[in-house]
Formats: sequence, structure tokens, C-alpha cells
Amino acid sequence: MSTSASIANEWPLWEVFVRSKQGIEHKHCGSLHAADAQQALHMARDVYTRRQEGVSIWVIPSAAITASDPGDKDTLFEPAKDKVYRHPTFFVIPDEVGHM
Amino acid sequence: MNASAEFVLHLADNALILGQRNAEWCGHGPILEEDLALANNSLDLIGQARLLYQHVAELRDDGSTEDSLAYFRDQQDFLNFTLLELPHSTALAPSARAERDYAITITRNFLFSAYMLLVWEQLQHHADAQLAAIAVKSLKEVKYHLQHAADWLVRFGDGTEESHARAQAAIDFLMPYTQEFWSEWPSAQAVLGDTTVLLSAWQTTVHEVLTQAGLQLPPSDGYVTQGRAGIHTEHMSYLLAEMQSLARQHPGATW
Repeated sequence: MSTSASIANEWPLWEVFVRSKQGIEHKHCGSLHAADAQQALHMARDVYTRRQEGVSIWVIPSAAITASDPGDKDTLFEPAKDKVYRHPTFFVIPDEVGHM
Repeated sequence: MNASAEFVLHLADNALILGQRNAEWCGHGPILEEDLALANNSLDLIGQARLLYQHVAELRDDGSTEDSLAYFRDQQDFLNFTLLELPHSTALAPSARAERDYAITITRNFLFSAYMLLVWEQLQHHADAQLAAIAVKSLKEVKYHLQHAADWLVRFGDGTEESHARAQAAIDFLMPYTQEFWSEWPSAQAVLGDTTVLLSAWQTTVHEVLTQAGLQLPPSDGYVTQGRAGIHTEHMSYLLAEMQSLARQHPGATW
């Protein structure tokens, strides 16, 4: 177990997002420890783009992310389950509309 | 016009020997990210060495190959700078292997990358088209090596009391070896021309980064090493033994 003192001595955690091609969105691919943003970028380059995975990298302090509580999963996401009409494919498009 | 085979061989040996040295950190890096960074650095250098050895083999046209040049020559035939064969420790470390110091690794990478950046910049316009193409590829790689090493050197110099002391000890120890970059050598002058322009650009980079790191620039004087004339330190044969033993036990082996 880490003591709180050793946690305080650790470099902060960063989340790494890599864009694989121009025009595609940045995707989350992992995390790493680094002293600051610039170093996090360098390390992300070395750890996550060795096999030509990317053309652009974002790093974001993990502490800056506010996440939903897994315990709230049912409350948050269950109600969407029976509302299939929210998918555009639910509706039949009249032939007169043509190609959409 | 082709560059002299001797100078291209020197470039190849530099890349191979430093690549081999830095690969010693593989699996032993101070943190996982740096372990990968150093392995990437080594693979870049070994990739450069392969292209350069292939070019030497063409220039020589004597049946030598990249493998025969890397694995079947002995220490006195290697023309790398002495700086690059030194272990990752200062002179008086009781055991070079046990006393690996990342400050030495980073400082050496910094001094050599700052030099090679200038060399590759110059060679990308060389009349020897093959060498120019290798230079264009290597320039991209060395820019990152320099960025990586300079970034860490500043962090060490500007970090804790211990990291500062280690970085200063590393620069004090390694600086005299850089004299070999600039010592008179007709083969180098034939390819690079007047190196005094490169020297002043290199000094500017070194001065800027050391100032930013809060480190003192030590005098670079005393004995001028002659690795590129084939006169090596006691560390070289151990490095070669480790690197060459497998190829010599199983000549021509493939997998």
C-alpha cells in the first residue's frame, strides 16, 4: 500500500488522446505519469505512437476529468433503453423523400 | 561524388556504438516511459547505422556487408568517437554496470545529438545522393533526440540538489571528450568542409541549454581522445564482446 506521503511525491497522472489520421477525432488510448504537460507529451509520443498510431497527441491532467459514478449507471443510462424511437433508423422514410 | 568510405564508416560506428550503449537501459530504465524512450533512441541509431554500413559496403565494393562491418571487425577497426563507448557512469564509479547513472546517459545524448544535428543538416545537401538521403531521414530523428536530452538536462540541472550535482558531474566528466568532434581530421574536413562554423553553432546550443539548466560550463581541455583513429578505451572491447558474440557463434544465422 502506498502511503499518502509517497502519493504526494509521485508525478501527476495524465490521460493521453491520440488522433490516428487527419480529420478523425482524438481517441483515448491510456494514461501515464509525468512532471508536467510538456513532459507528458514527450512520453506519450514514446509510449503510444511507436507504431505510427498517430498524427496528433493531446494530454489532459487526469485530475481535471469529472467522471460519472458507476453506481449511478442504472439511474443515468437505463431509462434510454426502451426509447428506440430516438434512433433515426426507427422511422420509415417515405419513398418521395429520396436519398437522405 | 561519393563521400569517403572512411568518414561514412565513422558515422556508422558512432550510431551503432551509441545505439548499443543506450540499449543497455532496455528493461532497466528509471521509469517505464524513459525505458521506452531510450529504446526508441537506440532503434533510431541502429537504423541509421544499418543504412550507413550498407552505403560503406557499396563504396568499398569489396564484398563487405552491414553484418560483416558491425559484427566481424575488431576494436581497432572501429572509428567511433571515444565519448560514445564510455559506460553510463563517471570515471571513478566502483562498478560501471552497477553504477549506471542516467545523468551521464542524458548528458552524452545531449552533447552528441547537438553535434549530429549540425552534421546531418550539412550532409542533407551533400553531392553523394545516398548519404544526403540518409541525412534527411536521420535529421528528423536527431531533432527529437536533442529535444529529449535537452529537456531532461534542464530538469536535472534545475531539479533537486542531487540531480543538479549529478548533472554537473556528468558534464564535467564528458566535456573533454567532445574535443574529438573538432580535432583535425582530413576525412571529416573533406566531407563537412570548414568545421569552425559548426563548432560555434554547437557551442551556442550547449551554452544555451546549460545556462537554462543552471549548470556550469567546464573547460574542455586536456587529452584529446582518438577513438575515430581506432584507439579506444578499455570499455570498448567489453561492449563489442557483448554485441558481437552471438553473430560470431552462429555466423550467418537468421530468424
